[in-house]
Amino acid sequence: MKILIVDDFSTMRRIIKNLMRDLGFNNTSEADDGKTALPMLQNGDFDFLITDWNMPGMQGIDLLKAVRADEKLAKLPVLMVTAEAKREQIVEAAQAGVNGYVVKPFTAATLKEKIDKIFERIDSNK
Amino acid sequence: MSTKENKDEYLAKARALVKKLESGEPGEADSILDEMINLRESSLFQEIGKLTRQLHETINGFQIDSRLHVLTNNEIPDAKERLNYVIAMTEQSANRTLSAVEKAIPISEELKNRSDDLNTKWDRFRHRQMTVEEFRSLSKEIDEFMSWTSGNAGQMHENLSEILMAQDFQDLTGQIIRKVISLVQEMESSLVELIRITGSRLKAESSENEDKIACDGPRIPGCESHKDRVNGQDEVDDLLSSLGF
Repeated sequence: MKILIVDDFSTMRRIIKNLMRDLGFNNTSEADDGKTALPMLQNGDFDFLITDWNMPGMQGIDLLKAVRADEKLAKLPVLMVTAEAKREQIVEAAQAGVNGYVVKPFTAATLKEKIDKIFERIDSNK
Repeated sequence: MSTKENKDEYLAKARALVKKLESGEPGEADSILDEMINLRESSLFQEIGKLTRQLHETINGFQIDSRLHVLTNNEIPDAKERLNYVIAMTEQSANRTLSAVEKAIPISEELKNRSDDLNTKWDRFRHRQMTVEEFRSLSKEIDEFMSWTSGNAGQMHENLSEILMAQDFQDLTGQIIRKVISLVQEMESSLVELIRITGSRLKAESSENEDKIACDGPRIPGCESHKDRVNGQDEVDDLLSSLGF
């Protein structure tokens, strides 16, 4: 399972990377905004995307929309991990086709629960 | 009649007028008088133009004034709240980290002591300096040590994870501080603009800072403008499940 972690703060990328390793996912890559992430997704064989919302360059919500609009990437599961907590934003992300939404600050247990849920749903849809 | 050009023009015309009157040409004198009146009217229009521009700038100044009002009444107290939250978060993170380290240090000390002790004994065994009695006790100690290690390695991992998670403040406080910096910058440019307008009659064309920024960063408890935020993951989950997630 190849995972891309997108966040403009390197400390947060490291935290998520370590939590993912704890959950048994060792193959992670990092990008610091949507603009660098999108070509990585298009050229790589990623199975899962974890992205922040508020980033310079290209924001996470626009990355999500670009992924959904890309024929090759449209089905990629996307988990949003962000401090953005306005109700309208959560609704917007849901409408854009996000698979899960974790609000910062979060716990390791929350992240695990959301990821498990996403893969459960994918497995049951197979 | 303020500029030098005007003055020269008036003088020239006045001299010509006197000349025409003295030489007995009333018709010519009349037309020179008409020209002088025109000259006066055109400078009147210029004055009105200047007044209009002044009025326009004053109105613009009022707009900046009201932005300053919003800044001082809402956003500065908000910024104080934000910075207090930064202090609280960094403090909390420091305490979490220190607690985890304090729990981990005794474990690593005991690990060192016990493995040093076993090492010495194991050395004696390998050099055949150990009695059967002693070996029996050593084998029991090794047994104990192994189960102790396994339990405490788990505890150690827990402490390290705790330290890892305690670093999440950096992202959140970073976002908050960026917001406060941009607020201070806006405040500064508004004040500079105000000084410019009240101090001189330079052109003022700035009020494009009022665009709402879509992303507002972490929810800060007690922050007036944050009432429409969800309070933690449970509310996110509730909202999403209400949307059929």
